[in-house]
Amino acid sequence: MKYFHSVTLNEDKCKGCINCVKRCPTEAIRVKQGKAHIIAERCIDCGECIRVCPNHAKRAIYDHLDELKKYRYTVASPAPALYGQFNNLNDIDYILAGLLELGFDDIFEVAKAAELVSEITRKKMQKNDFSKPLISTACPAVVRMIKVRFPELMNHLLEVNAPVEVAAKIARKQAVEKTGYKPEEIGIFFISPCPAKVTAAKNPIGTREITIDGVLAISDIYKHLLSVMGKIKNPPSMQSCGLTGISWSYTGGEATALLRSKYLAADSIENVIQILESIEDEKLTDLDFVELGACPSGCVGGCLTMENPFIARTKVRQLRKYLPVAGGKLSDYGLEENSFDWDEKEDSAPIMVLDTDRKKAMEKIIEIQRIESILPGIDCAACGSPSCHAFAEDVAAGNAKEADCVFVMRNKLKNIMENLTE
Amino acid sequence: MEPIKLSFNVDGENFVSAGEASTAVKTTLKKMGFPGDTVRRVAIAMYEAEINMVIHAHGGTVDVEICPDKIVIVLADKGPGIPNIDLAMQEGYSTAPDDVRSLGFGAGMGLPNIKKYSDDLEIETELGVGTTLTITINC
Repeated sequence: MKYFHSVTLNEDKCKGCINCVKRCPTEAIRVKQGKAHIIAERCIDCGECIRVCPNHAKRAIYDHLDELKKYRYTVASPAPALYGQFNNLNDIDYILAGLLELGFDDIFEVAKAAELVSEITRKKMQKNDFSKPLISTACPAVVRMIKVRFPELMNHLLEVNAPVEVAAKIARKQAVEKTGYKPEEIGIFFISPCPAKVTAAKNPIGTREITIDGVLAISDIYKHLLSVMGKIKNPPSMQSCGLTGISWSYTGGEATALLRSKYLAADSIENVIQILESIEDEKLTDLDFVELGACPSGCVGGCLTMENPFIARTKVRQLRKYLPVAGGKLSDYGLEENSFDWDEKEDSAPIMVLDTDRKKAMEKIIEIQRIESILPGIDCAACGSPSCHAFAEDVAAGNAKEADCVFVMRNKLKNIMENLTE
Repeated sequence: MEPIKLSFNVDGENFVSAGEASTAVKTTLKKMGFPGDTVRRVAIAMYEAEINMVIHAHGGTVDVEICPDKIVIVLADKGPGIPNIDLAMQEGYSTAPDDVRSLGFGAGMGLPNIKKYSDDLEIETELGVGTTLTITINC
């Protein structure tokens, strides 16, 4: 099956500028014939290009509320980042009641599932039989970054379903028990802060089983929620997660829930890359756990959210008041420590290697060095590649021509002119 | 086949940029498809040597030769030289100044780690003239 990407391009809006090309952390974008093109194997769906595109030509594909009609019974599974989007909100129940108003039949908070993943991780770490440091798998953009750029670190991954998958599995089971409908008649809809989680729902990590039926964007559902939430008075009490679960929405939430001191929690894609380099160079072997999120401040900084990440984080923190530490534990659901283990190993998908034959790879490097030596080295990206080095690689791979560089072209023209005048 | 050659100047005044050359070499080796273990050994040995050059010798030059079966790294500086190599090779022995130690460096593991991660290590040093390290890592 072709790998689905949530991040896509609206060609009509693309002006062929180089903002996204320069910003992409995996050098996955090139401008060709005046339009941006995404190289599917390299894209990790982090959404950096969506954030920087001045023409809003980069967009995320996600599902819409009318998809609910396809199912007899629907469950909304909101990411805790949703809770940080609203002004003057002191009770999560208003949001949950709003979701029911929009047509959902029930709610299962991802924050609740996150608490179970915390419990599972704590139990697994007690056994002490993991490659230090263990790396969180909650952010699918980070997992894909490791797959494509840091394949050597695959054995550090926490091989447990992400909270969104855990939530969907439990929610479907509970809905079947409650309604007596068939599992396929139940629609589980995740409300997502980012495109990476839309992609992960369609191409699940650590399993082939699709557990999520639809993914809605926080930014899309926000306006619908605002219009119904204003009318809600005294919402029923539904909110049932603890402060541990909602803290997963920002950096450090997952790591601190492990109750261990030797951890590192970092966010933003540039930091993620630096930390992964350090783990690779064995500079962080004294740590037990590393939490990494591709977006600034964590999930609250996802490019499908509304609020500034720092404000959203503060709002979520204020909602933590009066919440219990956790809303539930595995035994409440009859679940075990291994109930959500990956059922399939993830393979790496390295994009860096120039050729599997090392001699051929060497020849390519020599050719890349030769091409680079005639380039100006100013990384203007006018050729459509992110840097002079990336352009040299593109030429060596046959994906670009030397004359696509305006400086090379200018020198060629100059030589022709000089030859003519002689 | 001619080896691939990479050269770097290590800036002794700028501590912040220390480690840039080893990161660049690591990226090239990854692109050439070297096994992860080899890439890691080169990255660690070269990083340690690069840091040493900044701490003790005000920088220098690094020349890397990459062959299909081995990587040779030559680090040359015009620093003070190593008075006693046997002592310098001992784990925990350090002559790094306090300001460097306060940054978390200078733990006396530099040369021992380079030795540990390389297949061959040659040290040529002359007091007051400089030091040249030749690190070979086989694949």
